[in-house]
Amino acid sequence: MKAVVHVMLKPGVLDPQGEAVRHALGSLGFGGVEGVRQGKVIELDLAGSDAEAAEVEVKQMCEKLLANTVIESYRIEIA
Amino acid sequence: MRAAVVVFPGSNCDRDLAVAFRAAGIDPVMVWHKETSLPDGVDIVGLPGGFSYGDYLRCGAIAARSPICRAVIAHADRGGMVLGICNGFQVLVESGLLPGALMRNAGLKFLCKPVTLNVVTSNSPFTAGYEAGQDVVYPIAHHDGNYTADPELLARLDGDDRVAYRYADNPNGSVGDIAGILSENRRVLGLMPHPERAIDPMQGGTDGMLLFSAISGALETA
Repeated sequence: MKAVVHVMLKPGVLDPQGEAVRHALGSLGFGGVEGVRQGKVIELDLAGSDAEAAEVEVKQMCEKLLANTVIESYRIEIA
Repeated sequence: MRAAVVVFPGSNCDRDLAVAFRAAGIDPVMVWHKETSLPDGVDIVGLPGGFSYGDYLRCGAIAARSPICRAVIAHADRGGMVLGICNGFQVLVESGLLPGALMRNAGLKFLCKPVTLNVVTSNSPFTAGYEAGQDVVYPIAHHDGNYTADPELLARLDGDDRVAYRYADNPNGSVGDIAGILSENRRVLGLMPHPERAIDPMQGGTDGMLLFSAISGALETA
């Protein structure tokens, strides 16, 4: 079973890297990009087969390590 | 007087920090990150600058979950002193010993230069040797020193006199020009600038020495 965790900066937290990417896109001629937010995707290979239990455990992983919940939010997909 | 200097894979200011402690009469012991306890009789723990675990995931994130950090958190919970410099400050916020977060510098560049800091409070065992309001020069060397806190936390830090240092000329976008903060009991200090790189005239200045002699003074009278 796979779990995919998406980690993004919370809304309202300035993302200087996203801003730099936005400027670079502008300089390549891609007009109309009003905002860029950069995040992380973390893939986990899990041994178990119980999706519900996996989600609970991955949520704990996010809270304890994978995301810094002071500034980041996360979303979990179990597949 | 004894200091433990924690060494993570990727630490690179650990020896400088040990030299600074020794210059203040505090005997430093280097402690590897895989240790699960601090040596006996440790009065203060130093978390050094560097790039622990290659800054993987987030700066300081993996180090904050290493075996030795559980012992460091227990030491702080007992009222022990902890000094986190640069990457050490990042470890302190990742471990929850200090609030807030440190993000990528607003200008996205790694910054390495001496900066002028305002010592906001002399009410701590780290800053007692300075006058509140005094300007000092310490070097900075970081990519992720942009301190972030929500308005409620900022108000609490200000109200409780827990901002230890502010930048005179904000280099990295830190909210409130914050360069260093204290824990609630004022026994844990985290700061991005490097006082241990300003203890000898050969380094271009000695403004950082007063921090280490204040620690030694506080430990002596304790």
